Amino acid sequence: MNPELQGRVFPPAEPYLVGREKVREFARAVFATHPINHDTEAAQAAGYADVVAPPTFAVVVQEHTLAQLLAEPDAGIDFSRVVHGDQRFTSTRPIVAGDLLTATLTVASVKTLGPHSMVTAETNVTDAAGEHVVTAISTLVVRGDE
Amino acid sequence: MAAVSATPSFDELAVGDVVAEHEFALTRDSLVRYAGASGDFNPIHYRDDVAASVGLPGVLAHGMLTMGFAVQPVVDWAGDPGRVLDYQVRFTRPVVVDPSFGAKVSVSAKVGQLDADARAARIDLTVTFDGATVLGKAQVRVVLG
Repeated sequence: MNPELQGRVFPPAEPYLVGREKVREFARAVFATHPINHDTEAAQAAGYADVVAPPTFAVVVQEHTLAQLLAEPDAGIDFSRVVHGDQRFTSTRPIVAGDLLTATLTVASVKTLGPHSMVTAETNVTDAAGEHVVTAISTLVVRGDE
Repeated sequence: MAAVSATPSFDELAVGDVVAEHEFALTRDSLVRYAGASGDFNPIHYRDDVAASVGLPGVLAHGMLTMGFAVQPVVDWAGDPGRVLDYQVRFTRPVVVDPSFGAKVSVSAKVGQLDADARAARIDLTVTFDGATVLGKAQVRVVLG
């Protein structure tokens, strides 16, 4: 992997509009049964504008930025050798249906461990007002020849 | 799960308390559903031939699926998904999902640390499949009332 990737900031991904049915679909897929994830009235009663996405929903938005990183011509990342090492979501507020989200990826670090490389990518997600919503941090391990 | 519960009181928590436990029964259908919902269509999560060709012991659950459901018992305990403001895991072992029998993954959520100033708890998850843990350093920060 190209060590010069470290510190690179990618252009913001196309804004992502969070749909109510997408939130429900994702919630079902992760066994999220809480009414605030599914029922608009329950969400509004709890003070939200619409149904609230599960804590890991930001991965859907982050995915578009990771695709940018993997497709970067000079990155030297062989997708078939990539293993997801760890993942973190740090939120200011939960994602709610109706949010228009913009995600921007920064390569926080590139490290080499013997034949393997590790890249840590931080995707900063902001709303239509430009306020921070969540930062999704992934460490990808690119396996080398042993 | 599923019942709307009141938010637990921070003052009644102690480090070491088990706040939630649940067993999830995954099937191949769960993996297809997650692939569609998340957009992760890597075929190692639904095709035995592709999984075998890259040396895997079988079709694996998406790590992000395991991360996604493992937090749900905590969400239900907290009473509001919006109370989870930080969540991290390390993927340490794969979950192999048998085509006939699926996979059973159990989650135990325990109080790891209490932050009195922020009235927040760090909940540590133990996520087990086939007698071994599959997530490391699985920590959820929950802000309580």
